[in-house]
Amino acid sequence: MRMFGLSSVLLISMSLLFGCSANEQSPKKDTKSKETAAPAADLEDVTKAYREFAIGEISQFVKATEEFTDAVKSGNIEKAKELYPTARMYYERSEPIAEVFGDLDPKIDAREGDVPEEEWTGYHRIEKGLWEENTTKGYEEYADQLLKDTKLLRAKVETVEVTPDVLITGAVDLLNEVSTSKVTGEEDRYSHTDLYDFAANVQGAEKIYELLQSDLAKKDQALSEKIGEHFNQVNQLLEKHKKDGKYILYTELKRPEIKELSQAIDALAEPLSQLGIVMEG
Amino acid sequence: MSDSSKKPDKEPTFLDKQVTRRNVLKYTGIGSLGALLGASSLGGVFAMTNQAPSKTGKADKNEIIPFYGEHQAGIITEAQNNVYFVSMDVITTKKEEVRLLFKEWTEAVALMTAGNPVGEPSTNHYMPPKDTGEVMGLSPANLTITFGVGPSLFVLEGKDRFGLKHKQPKELVDLPKFPFDSLEKEWTGGDLCVQACADDPQVAFHAVRNLVRIARGKATIRWAQEGFQRSKQSDPKQETPRNLFGFKDGIVNPDVKNNQEMDKGIWVQPDDGPNWLEGGSYLIVRRIQMYIEVWDRSTLKDQEETFGRYRESGAPLGQKLEMDPVNLELKDQSGKLMIPENAHVRLAKGDGKQVILRRPYSYTNGMDAKTGSFDAGLLFICFQREPSKQFIPMQQRLAKMDKLNEYTVHKGSAIFACLPGTSLGGFIGETLF
Repeated sequence: MRMFGLSSVLLISMSLLFGCSANEQSPKKDTKSKETAAPAADLEDVTKAYREFAIGEISQFVKATEEFTDAVKSGNIEKAKELYPTARMYYERSEPIAEVFGDLDPKIDAREGDVPEEEWTGYHRIEKGLWEENTTKGYEEYADQLLKDTKLLRAKVETVEVTPDVLITGAVDLLNEVSTSKVTGEEDRYSHTDLYDFAANVQGAEKIYELLQSDLAKKDQALSEKIGEHFNQVNQLLEKHKKDGKYILYTELKRPEIKELSQAIDALAEPLSQLGIVMEG
Repeated sequence: MSDSSKKPDKEPTFLDKQVTRRNVLKYTGIGSLGALLGASSLGGVFAMTNQAPSKTGKADKNEIIPFYGEHQAGIITEAQNNVYFVSMDVITTKKEEVRLLFKEWTEAVALMTAGNPVGEPSTNHYMPPKDTGEVMGLSPANLTITFGVGPSLFVLEGKDRFGLKHKQPKELVDLPKFPFDSLEKEWTGGDLCVQACADDPQVAFHAVRNLVRIARGKATIRWAQEGFQRSKQSDPKQETPRNLFGFKDGIVNPDVKNNQEMDKGIWVQPDDGPNWLEGGSYLIVRRIQMYIEVWDRSTLKDQEETFGRYRESGAPLGQKLEMDPVNLELKDQSGKLMIPENAHVRLAKGDGKQVILRRPYSYTNGMDAKTGSFDAGLLFICFQREPSKQFIPMQQRLAKMDKLNEYTVHKGSAIFACLPGTSLGGFIGETLF
């Protein structure tokens, strides 16, 4: 959950789109408006593929959440702890879409203090119970609510219309999430499983890059390769922090390692922020 | 780059016109915005002619320090009010990428020092703006950027990382450990340095921020420190700036207007070593924390004997005026040396053979979280031709017995070879990479 939901970004970018089309309709030969109105390339296949990807992730998110909430309700603390980090990854991967629903995102993913205490529900509420209090007792209701909200998300996501700018801003937004909350260890402050969310955000951004890769390469081959290289670097770095196939805890990272991760994200996000070049006609 | 840079020279009317993206494309024949932003010609021409078309079209010619020249600016340039100093680690393993970085940096610096943004305003709303924007409408404020390379760029942990080992100057090695050094790794060393000086802190930071952004994926910040002097505005008499101990600092500087003196003591000369550094200079930076709380409770007599100067006038003890030559032999009526054996000025002077160009700035970094005292001090920056004969022997004397050591601790340290300057069409680092 972020302070600035994607929905606001969507609104802004939609108004830009409207502005553009208005300009295009006007017969004026004003070159200036032509420049500001970068004609959107035909990215229909790409947006369609992304929509399918996101819906697929959210479907699996529902499934994984069901297993997680079952464990909570049956009082199986160890099982719940084991499922927590991986279940969340589906959500984190598809965040540009999953977050669109401003009412559901906080219910599912708010951290302590993001919302008034009495409204605080979702994954992090249960996380606190599992790790801080080492119990599932009293969290059964939160588990029920979480599953309900997740299913509602799955139903609502069908209505989302994916435009190219969702992808373009979404890719960088995913990495910004990493920079502002994962790399600081603030996302999973009780379980310290931040690296799972970190990896999922990166995978979500990489998916968008893969989908746009051929269009991007047509505009700027070198940029496309550079982004690819930096994804590899980040992935290799993440791989280094696995032990027996599992990510180590955030608290096990040494300070220079955190800095290294943070700077690797910056190095990737800078060229990735140029993705918008695919919108140029 | 050279092709496009020649073009405007042949088109004298070009400068008179308002530069828009379209007519630049027309003149240079470059079809893509990316290529345009990569062209250094614009900044170069404007810097050379001082015809900087700033956002307002009113860049004050008097607030532009020319970027191109035999030497880099920011060394013998009169110290501006503010510095933002960054030491960086190179993370790319390819020499070509380092070379390209310096080319891109040169282009950006040529633009920024002339009061221009690092790129044209964006026309694609789906991409971030090229320039970060916080100096829109501001004067270039005498911005200078000075680049240097550290010993670890040549050899790191025994590895000749870029095939540059044979070019490493013998003077460009880590400084020896001085007595009482208390260096912290996070404030020490670096492969590259960027010294941004300006008469406005926002202008200096903007320059560094944009250069670090350009470097993403190639180099990262190792440490960074901003610094200040009193502003010229608040010092109508333009006196020698005072450090945070209240004493004038940098009185005994060589005359930067005297070319002979500069060649003798500051600029690397043809026979000194690798030819790529000819016209460059060695920069040594020390981050010196001052125990200002302790200083503030020491007596005036003690303070003045520590420096060997009078606080108010800056004159050497026993003399009248700031610029009076330091006379180390003077004694009072009882036969006691006026300037004590361990006074800073006596030890710094030594036999008078070591001359360095000091360009120090004060810093404050809020509170030292450990002690609750101020984290404040001096970002000591100096330039010289041969560190082994200038700063190093001087600091060895000072570190051993300087009375000032009671009130200071050296926490950070680095040495860099500041590259020679460049001319239109060239780039800083062209002689090395």
